[in-house]
Amino acid sequence: MSLKRIWAMFMARNYEFFRDKAAFGWNFAFPFLIIVGFGVMFGKHDIKQFNIGVFPADTPAAVFHDSTIPKSLETNKRLQFLPFAHRSEGEMKLRHHKIDLLIDKTSSSHSYWINDSSPNGYLAEQIYLASFLPKDTQWARKQVVPGEPVRYIDWFFPGVIAMNMMFSALWGVGYVVVRYRKNGTLKRLKATPLTAFEYVSAQMLSRIFLLMFTLTVVWIGSDLIFHFRVHGSYLLIFFLFFLGGLNLCGMGLVLAARGTSEEFTSGVLNFISWPMMFLSEVWFSLEGAPKWVHTVSEIFPLTHLLAAVRKVMNDGATLTAVRTDILFLIITTIIFLIIAALIFSWND
Amino acid sequence: MLQDPILEIINLKKVFHKTEAVKDVSFSVRKGTCFGLLGPNGAGKTTTLEVIEDILPKTSGRILYRGQERNSSFREEIGIQFQHTSLLNFLSVKETLQTFHKLFHNPVDLDELIERCDLQPLLNRMNNKLSGGQQQRLMVALALINRPELIFFDEPSTGLDPQARRNLWAIIERIKDEGKTLILTTHSMEEAEFLCDEIAIMDGGTIIAQGSPNALISTYCNGSTIILPRYAFGTDLNDIPFTWRIREDTIEIDTDNIHAGLTRMLNLDIDLSKMLVRSGNLEDVFLHLTGKQLRD
Repeated sequence: MSLKRIWAMFMARNYEFFRDKAAFGWNFAFPFLIIVGFGVMFGKHDIKQFNIGVFPADTPAAVFHDSTIPKSLETNKRLQFLPFAHRSEGEMKLRHHKIDLLIDKTSSSHSYWINDSSPNGYLAEQIYLASFLPKDTQWARKQVVPGEPVRYIDWFFPGVIAMNMMFSALWGVGYVVVRYRKNGTLKRLKATPLTAFEYVSAQMLSRIFLLMFTLTVVWIGSDLIFHFRVHGSYLLIFFLFFLGGLNLCGMGLVLAARGTSEEFTSGVLNFISWPMMFLSEVWFSLEGAPKWVHTVSEIFPLTHLLAAVRKVMNDGATLTAVRTDILFLIITTIIFLIIAALIFSWND
Repeated sequence: MLQDPILEIINLKKVFHKTEAVKDVSFSVRKGTCFGLLGPNGAGKTTTLEVIEDILPKTSGRILYRGQERNSSFREEIGIQFQHTSLLNFLSVKETLQTFHKLFHNPVDLDELIERCDLQPLLNRMNNKLSGGQQQRLMVALALINRPELIFFDEPSTGLDPQARRNLWAIIERIKDEGKTLILTTHSMEEAEFLCDEIAIMDGGTIIAQGSPNALISTYCNGSTIILPRYAFGTDLNDIPFTWRIREDTIEIDTDNIHAGLTRMLNLDIDLSKMLVRSGNLEDVFLHLTGKQLRD
């Protein structure tokens, strides 16, 4: 193995990435835009979770005017009231899940309509029915969870970073290698003493360098806006992302080790990345999902990366607490690298 | 005195799935010469070359370099200019040369290489901004970067304009003058005649004739060809007592005796005012051997 050759290929790939302005810019813009978008959407405290249609009413101000709707419903900060002049308009919106509940504000029997296939409709109905109970009724004793609550953005942020890392690693390594094989760049390199192991190592190292660079810039940029709450060690989080990035690059190399069709490789990369994105809790928690879903999610490196990073970031976990995830990432990375080097083909 | 062969190919065979691309090919290349594989597209030239270069695995046969089977150092001692290849995007010519320079144990001095391949004005230009001829010069430079003794050129001038082709030939000539051994594939008889000391004509995966360009021409096409416009013939073409063929607007007539041929045509009252006469060439050799043209 020659470090000089690995270094030469590492530098060549870095030049390519930093000079491809479109790809370079997108690597930063994509995660940043997603974080900002979700931050704006979920950052507000008075978010409206249910849409209630009311008729007959022409304006929002007319919704509670001369109405039989209980006052307690009007003051519920999670509800948004939408006026409809006629019942038929409201029914149309209800049928298409645009609103969760429709109320006749003039009905003495408090008539309402719901869409039976809407989960939100059921919850909105319960809120509506509860609003008729006397104000001081004590059903159960309310208590607030102790300690500092984890904001959605603090839970969500590592997911976006990891997702960006996954796409960047799989496409930036896997797809590029297939393209190089197809256009003969790899064949040109095969005519040199460069070995497959040296080549895949250089590709992995180059991509991990770029991933960590991107991570640092996006993290700092996002932190200036959202002021993330990090309870654990920044160094440990950085190390976990480094391991995760290396692992995903290795996976990309395995998928691209022999492929010659960009279209087919793109399909395979999608086939791997989309389930991984949905089952690794990038966007939402799998709490309550069937056991087999959890079992399947355990085979994805992204699951272990995210679980470990969130434990460190949100719960202040230490290296020892996330050692199982770290071990999984290290072992699978080594396996990926060995497989990629063994089955790697230079030619189409 | 003839030099020992630097490369010997013995009964080489290459099969892709069920297609036999190279069938029992044998030849040897003497040190310091330029050996050409001449043939039409699909003849098996590139496959033969890539098997010898160790880019493709052989199916059977032997490839001896300096009298021995190729070993791990073979790749350090050869230079390759591929027909279909690409370079890393977003790298300048200088950076490309520097990158490949680091991949070899005993590379040449870069300044010397840049001068040799006339790359000085292009050093800061990105690879994807080079013209066809400039790209080929860079490819030749990469093929020479490790001081190779044996250099392979696969269709070096394909797609180049006449000026760029002449420039490339001049570079290849200089390499030849340094005593390097060259193997090139081409479907251009002009290129083969200009650059090669010895030629193997390939068709359908086999070598059908081998020798120096002059020897091949004198063996297979020792006569001349009279070229006339079609309108010059008032007579029935079947009355012409020579081998002839129609080529677009002209008719080509082969004769071993130019004097007798011309006398006969004058007797047939054929208009010879627009006549051209040329001696045989490698294209005629190929036509003679296979019944088809090189550019088919």
